[in-house]
This record gives sequence, structure tokens and C-alpha cells, in this order.
Amino acid sequence: MIGSLFAQAAVTSATADNGIVHVVGPSIDWVALLPLLILLVGALLTLTFSSFLKGHAPKGLFTWATVAIAVGAAISAVPMWARVQGWNSLLWWNLDHAQTGPFSTAGGAVGIDGFSLFITVVLCVGVVLAALLADDFLRRESMSGPEFYVLLLLSAVGGVIMAMSNDLIVLFIGLETLSIAVYVLAGMNLRRVQSQESGLKYFVLGAFSSAFLLYGIAMLYGATGSTNFVDIREFMATVVPIHNGLLLLGLVLVLVGLAFKISAVPFHAWSPDVYDGAPTPATAWMAAGVKAAAVAGLVRVFMLTFSNYASTWKPIMYVLAILSMVLGAALAIVQSNVKRMLAYSSISHAGFILMAIQANSGNGITASAFYVAVYTFMVAGSFGVAAIVGRKGDGNHELSDYQGLVRSNPWLAGSLILLLLAQAGVPFTAGFFAKFLAITAAADAHAVPLALVAMVSAVISAFLYLRIIVAMFMSGGDDGLEEVPRSNRLRVPFAAGLAIGICVVVTVVYGLFPDLLLHNARAATPAAVQYERPSATGSTTAGG
Amino acid sequence: MTASILSSVFASEGAASFPILPALIFVPLIGAILIALMPQSRPELSRQMAIITGLLTGVLSIALLVEFKTGDAGFQFVVQQTWVQSLDIKFFLGVDGISLFLVVLTGILFPIALFAAKPEHSPKGYYAWLTLLMAGCMGAFLSLDLFLFFLMFEVTLVPLYMLIGKWGHGRRVYAATKFFLYTMLGSAFMLVSIVTLAVVAGAGDNGGVSFDFTKIIASDSLATSTGRWLFLGMAIAFAVKVPSFPFHTWLPDAHTEAPTAGSIDLAGILLKLGTYGFLRYGLELFPEATVWFAPVMLTLATIGVVYGGIVAAMQRNLKRLIAYSSVSHMGFALMGLFALNVEGIEGSVLQMINHGISTGALFILLGFLYTRRHTYEISQLKGIGKVAPVFAGIFTLVMLSSIGVPGLNGFVGEFLILLGTFMAHRWWAVVAATGVIIAALYLLWAYQRVFQGEPDEANKSFPDLNISEKLVLVPLIALIIFLGIYPKPVLDRIEPSVKRVVTRLEMKVDGFQEPITRNGADLLRITESSHTMNGEHGLGIAANGPEANK
Repeated sequence: MIGSLFAQAAVTSATADNGIVHVVGPSIDWVALLPLLILLVGALLTLTFSSFLKGHAPKGLFTWATVAIAVGAAISAVPMWARVQGWNSLLWWNLDHAQTGPFSTAGGAVGIDGFSLFITVVLCVGVVLAALLADDFLRRESMSGPEFYVLLLLSAVGGVIMAMSNDLIVLFIGLETLSIAVYVLAGMNLRRVQSQESGLKYFVLGAFSSAFLLYGIAMLYGATGSTNFVDIREFMATVVPIHNGLLLLGLVLVLVGLAFKISAVPFHAWSPDVYDGAPTPATAWMAAGVKAAAVAGLVRVFMLTFSNYASTWKPIMYVLAILSMVLGAALAIVQSNVKRMLAYSSISHAGFILMAIQANSGNGITASAFYVAVYTFMVAGSFGVAAIVGRKGDGNHELSDYQGLVRSNPWLAGSLILLLLAQAGVPFTAGFFAKFLAITAAADAHAVPLALVAMVSAVISAFLYLRIIVAMFMSGGDDGLEEVPRSNRLRVPFAAGLAIGICVVVTVVYGLFPDLLLHNARAATPAAVQYERPSATGSTTAGG
Repeated sequence: MTASILSSVFASEGAASFPILPALIFVPLIGAILIALMPQSRPELSRQMAIITGLLTGVLSIALLVEFKTGDAGFQFVVQQTWVQSLDIKFFLGVDGISLFLVVLTGILFPIALFAAKPEHSPKGYYAWLTLLMAGCMGAFLSLDLFLFFLMFEVTLVPLYMLIGKWGHGRRVYAATKFFLYTMLGSAFMLVSIVTLAVVAGAGDNGGVSFDFTKIIASDSLATSTGRWLFLGMAIAFAVKVPSFPFHTWLPDAHTEAPTAGSIDLAGILLKLGTYGFLRYGLELFPEATVWFAPVMLTLATIGVVYGGIVAAMQRNLKRLIAYSSVSHMGFALMGLFALNVEGIEGSVLQMINHGISTGALFILLGFLYTRRHTYEISQLKGIGKVAPVFAGIFTLVMLSSIGVPGLNGFVGEFLILLGTFMAHRWWAVVAATGVIIAALYLLWAYQRVFQGEPDEANKSFPDLNISEKLVLVPLIALIIFLGIYPKPVLDRIEPSVKRVVTRLEMKVDGFQEPITRNGADLLRITESSHTMNGEHGLGIAANGPEANK
């Protein structure tokens, strides 16, 4: 991006007369960036206003403000979606686009296409769910205040930048914006040592992975002569690199950086500790939002930019997928802490997404988009229940803490059972279709062994989910039903209940009518569109 | 009588107008949802609701039987509704002679299971899961879309897991989890096979993905090795479900710990999903691979017959004994399928039905026993025949049917299977025939230990069956005797579809000839000319009335 800015400056200075240099900045389609701007400005405004309230904010104000901001951002993405898809009208609103289809703006720094908008909406949904889960949680843990929400929104900004990035540097900026906010989120619970530890751990390892990413970007720039996805793609289409060590190293380092964020094996070691230590709503956001953004990065770099270099990176992705799926599922079984179990299972889910990505096909993109969207709901809902069961102190996450939940809180337990079964991939839930599409993509790409490994690991992780269900449902042991006093009943706060309810309903509805989402996931294709520089007439009028 | 009224109603309106197949799935499904919504405080409501749902579905299934066009080999009552457009996944239902009786069996056995046993606690959830299980089984037998079939096949897991895990005995959680994981592992291979088949066959529009069974059958573009691998994937899933040796170890645990109704439905219906799957999605989808794998499958089936019988003889727990006898009996069903001739396959379908009836009845009787004595241990029981003669009498009849005594239903199926296998692979049949003798051994020996002799103190006050318990058993006993004496109506309906399958095998596989001995055995054939085929590939959707055989 920066390179292209300088290039423009050079162009304009050459055409300038009478010694005055007119620098024409890149034209920016502000409407296209609206989701990003709403999230960013919303975050800053929340922070500013909260300082006026001096800690006397009405209960739930920041939660609902965050929800409103995220919903607004999601809605603002809809007209762009309509433009990208070339719709003539949106509801009663007659659209008259000058041009339709995907486009690039801000000097080629961002690409607005179906995929970036899809992920943007997914991230907004993740923010809404995390904010709703956080509402009562933060009050319970005496952490109330705007910080959580502001950081949440800022990390979503980073995620949206990643999803829209059309340039390696922009991708990196997005990743850093996302990560730094999440480091703080993870360490926010000052009363829990584990939270502090997880924040530090995540920060140190995350910084390493960012360094890898940056180093990889530098290598790729050296190998291809550009950081812009479109330029690299064109370069790769015309040039067959013979001494490709630099390129290969660059790609691998970028993959390491992004695989760290989706916690794929062998870059997963941080995730159980961090997921366990972080405040549970923050964990929900990490599993849903951070993963979605990193998947967007992977898709944009590998499936879009380096798609015709696939024979090189596919085997690496293949191995990562197998390792993640199998180890994630197998290691999850030996845990006794539910948050750690879910952390390992999220590693396994990352493997499924990698399997879809390694297909390097339209089906693969559809499958990964569908998976990410559905997983956001499933995992946010699951961690939502964990946040409630965690009780005051956010420390009760052992399996034994879930015993008899069916009796004390049937609705809460029922929701968790459904979400866990969905994660296991039981039919008529959205989770089944997510797995199914990923497997179809793999089979379509002649990776049947990978599909087999995926299904076997799905069975292994089914055992894990059954363990949690057994703990809740069958009162633990094989020794009859011990009565659980109703006084153990947990209070389900409204906002968190709403979030979990949304997750359950969406999981079921998409499970019964997958076409609703699949239709959009299919339209969510990334596109490499060359940025159109502002025409020369612009510069002459500015100069004259 | 109800059936005749219903049939007259349907006849006047035209059978095609009433969507009977979707009704068979949705009636229990809606019933399950209604039960789930009932108030916890009134458990009797959920039982009534479950019984109404079960009876209604049963009546519908009998109406289906009445309306079924006997001579037709293709699929009848077909219903299609697009579900996922882009992958050509459809809500596609149809019934032919093979699935017909399994549907009817499901429709009959489920209400009987409801009457035969009551849950020990939390009735609401129990009835809801049981009714949902019924919907899943119906769906699996009726699906003509591979994807839908897989969904239904999987859907049956969760209710049974809950039924065993929550309402079972002893080590129920262990048994339930074992059952769930075993079956799911099998299904994992099946899903990969199904997806790969849908992609490779490319039967959809413009060579796209399609899960439509009839389209895939018609497309016919599988390479030999691909077909064999895919068959293997499917076979693992079905072999676990049947359960065929050596994938059977989950069954005894699941049966022993399951509540009575769970055992009835597991043995009566769910195991048939395996053999039915082999027939519909093995023999029909992968003809070449079927012929290639047939000796292996036959061998496994034969081992299952003998091994299941021997292990059953050594059991000390009655329920475990019946569970192992199921391994043996389902081995027969599997063996018949891979004899690959009309006799064997027909016998196999019949065996599925007979096993459902006999083992269902046996588990009902064991349920009655358990409510009286709270044990299944043979050593705890003695001399029950003295104090409960009716119970002992009915047990004898059902047991004889299970052994396969001529005149009762078990004989017909096993005879046809052994005949078919003998014509195809003589020595396998000879070995398997000992399975019948072993069955007599373990059942009679168990009978002797439980029912004969002088009752000891604990068994002295064993009450005989009461009137409602007798009534529950009446339909099953009637079927045992009827099918034993006059199986023709059933065979007439099965035969055209079975012939369709065998003819397709002959057509698709080079050098394969239906293995039959052209002398005495020919007498058993009802008519050679009734190879009425619809459509080019031997598979058609029946839209018109029957032309022959009625």
C-alpha cells in the first residue's frame, strides 16, 4: 500500500508544472469502508463518552451500545453486498449502482468482495454475542466499565481490516490491531492469576507469531516485488519462479503467523492455557472472532493470492489439517476442565477449516465461510453457558461443576447439549452441514484420505462432547440418580440468555434450512480486482 | 378392520393424493415435539400422547401395506422436495417391496414397545426420545436420497443414546457411550463414501454433485477400484450396525443395559438398518464391488452365525444371551444377502422381519420378567414354569420361533437363506446350518434352567402374566404363527423388488450369473416370467397401477 502511495506521488510530481508538487491521495470509497468506520468510531466514542459519565453509567449501557454499533456495522455492509453481488434492488430500495461487482479502494489497500463482507458480518455477529455474554459477567466479576467493550470493538476493527485486506501490509496492520486488543482482553480479569498469566502468555507468543508473519511478508516482497495481492497474483501468473526458496520461506512464515491465530497444531500450545485463563466472554470472542479473521487472512493470502502456487502450499496445509483435527480431538479427551476441552476442540475445528482451505477451490471457500459463520454461533453459545456455570470468580469450569445441570437448569443444560451435539456434527444441526461441506470440498479435491481422517477425528471429539453431556445429564457416575438440590440453580442473566438463545436458534435453523446460509456462503467469493487509479484529469484540475 | 376402512377411504380419494410417506415420518416427529412440550407435572399425558402417536403411525404403516401394489418392482408413493438446491439434496421418499415390511415392522413394533414397558422415572423425556427414534427409523427406511438416509441413520443415535444412558440399568453410561461411538465411527466412513460417491458419480445437472439415489444408480460411471473402496466405507458402517462379526462387541453391552423398550427397538428395528443398508446402498449402488466382496461378507456372516450362537450358549445373563443370539440371527440375514440370488435375498428380508418379531417378543417377555424379579441372571431364576404357566407357554412359542422350528415364522426365512446360500456357496451353508442347531441348544438350555425344576423361595411368588400383558403379546404371536404357515403374501411383495436387484447385478457385472441350481430349486420359483422391469436400468418409479401378479 505504502509503495503504491509513493508511486502515485512520483507520477503526479512528474506531471506537475511550475515546480509545485501536487500529491493526489488515493480515492477512498467511504461508503465501502462504512462497517470498519462504524466499529472504529463507535469504539472511540464509547471510550470518550464513558469518561464523561465518571463511572456512573447506567447498567448495561455499554453492552447495548456495543450491540448497536456492531449491528449498525453489519447493516452497513448490506448495501455493499448488494453492490458486489450486482443486485438491482434491496427490499424496497431501488439500487442504481454506477458499477457492480467486487472492487478495490483506498489505493488498492482493501478489496471489497463477497468474502470480505461475509466475514465482516460474521465478525459483527461475534461482537454482538460476546458483548451480550459479557454484560452480566463483567458486573459479576467487578470488571464493569467500558474497557472490555472498547477493546472488543477495536479487535473487531482489526478483524475487518484483515478480512478486507488486499495487501500484505494491511493484513499485518489488521492482525496487530486485532491481536493487541485481544491480549489485553485475555489479561483483563485482575482478580484471577490465570487471566494475567494467559494475557502475558498470549502476548509473548503472539508477538513471536506476528514477527514470523512480518518476516514472511518481507520475504514475499523480496520474491515477488510487491505486497499487493493483485500484483503478486499477476506476478505469479506470469512468472515461474525457479529458485523459489525465498518465496517458499515467505509463504511458510506467513502461514505460521496465521496458523498461530487459528491455533492449528503445532502452533496451538498457547490456546488451552489462554482460553482457560481469559475471562470467558473474551474466550468466546477469541474462538469465534479471532479465528474468523485469521481464516479470512488465510483465504486471502493462500486461496486468492497464491492459488496457482497451490501445489506447493497444499501439502503443508494438508499436514496441518490432519495434525490439528486428530491431536485437537485426542488431547481434548484427557482434559477435565470444560474450557480447556472446548479449547482443544476448537483446535480440531481449525483443522476442519484448514481441510476446506487446502481444497483450494470454490467449494473450499464456501465451506470455510460456512464453517466460520456456523462455528461462531456454536462456540459463542457454548462458552456463554460456561460463563454462567463458571459462577462468581469465573473458576468453576471442572467437569464436576456441570453435574446435575440438567436438573437445576434444564434450559441452560439443554442449550449446551444442543450446541455440543452441533459441534460434534450431529445431523439437523448447522454443525453437521459445516463438517459435511468441508468434507465435500476435500473429496472434491481428491483428498479422500483427509476426509476420512476428518470423520474419524469427529468421532473422537464426539466422545469429548458426550463426556460433558454425560456429566450434566446422567449425574456423573453409573450409580443411580443422586438428587441435586434446586438451590444449585444458576441465575441466567437476560443478556447472556438472549445470546445463548440466539446461538441455539441459529444452529437449529441453519441445520434444518442450510440453504439460507449456504446461498450466501456460496456468494462469498474473494476476488482480486486491480485498483483503478484516479484518472489524470483529477490531477490537472487540482493543479489548474 | 381399521386398515380396510382406511383403504376404502384412500381408494375413493386416490392413494396418490395423501402423502403417506411423509406422514409416517412427521407424525412421530410432531408427536415427539408435542411430548417435549407437555408439562412435567403431568406424566400420564406424555404417555397418552406417545401411544396416540405410535398407534397412528402404526395404522398409517398398515394402510401403506394395504395400498402397496404387489407386483411392482419399483418405488411407490414417491415424494420429492428440494432441500439444498446447490448440492441436489432432496427430501426424497419412496417405498418398494424391500423397505415396505421394515416400515410396517417399525409401525407395529414401536406401539407394542410403548405398551410393553414403562420407564422407571422421568417419563416425559423417555416417551419423547422413543417417538423421535421411531421417526428416525421410518426416515431411514423410506429415504431415497443418500444424504437424507445418512441423516436419518445418524439421527437414530441420539435418542437411543439417551434411552440407554438415562433409563438403562447398571453400567448404562458406559454401554450408551460405547454404542454411540461405535456406530458413529462406522457412520464416519459411510459419510466419506457417500460424499465421494456423490462427487465422483456426478449425477446432478451438468455432471454436478447429486445425492439422489435413483440418479446415481442411473449414472453408472464408477471405476472398479473406486467402487470397491466406496463399498468398503459403506460396509463398515452397516457391518457395525448389523452387527456383523467382528464389529459386534457393542451390542451385548447396549442390550444388557438398555431399558426394555430400548432393547425391543434396538433389536427389532435398528439392527435392520444395517442389513437394509447393505441391500439398498451396497448391492444396488455398487454391483461390481458387491460381487467382489461377497465371499468375504459371506465368511464374516457365517462366522457371525456360529460364533454368536456359541457365545450365546455361554451367557449367564438372559439379555446378553438374546443379544448374542441376535448376532447369530443377523448373521443369517447378512449371509442371505450375499448369496446374491433371489432365494437368499428374499429369505434375508424375511429374516429381518422375523427376527424383529421374535426378538422383539423375547425382549418384551424379558421386560416382564425384570419387572417381577429385577434380574436377568439365569442363576437367580428357577422353576418359573410351575408358578407362571402362561408366561412359560408364550416364552416357549416365541423361543421356538427364534430357533426356527418349521411352522413358525423363523423357519421360512432361515430355510430360504440356507437354500440360497447352498446354491451359491455350498460349504458356507453347511457350516451355517449348524447355527440353527446351536440356537436350539442355547435357547432350550436357558429355558430349562429358568423355567423347569422346582421354584426356590425367591421365585415362588412369581406372578403370571396379567391381561394387559397378554394383550400386548397377541399381535406378535399372531404374526409368528401366520408368517410361519402362510408367508406367501409377504414374499409376493418382496419378490419383484428383489428380482430387480438381482437382475441389475447380472446386468452390471460382467460374467456374473445369479447363482442357482437349475433343477429342484427351480420349483421354488414362483414364476420366472415375473421379471417385470421398469426403466432401462431396472429401476423405475411406479406411477401406474400393477400390471401383473395381483
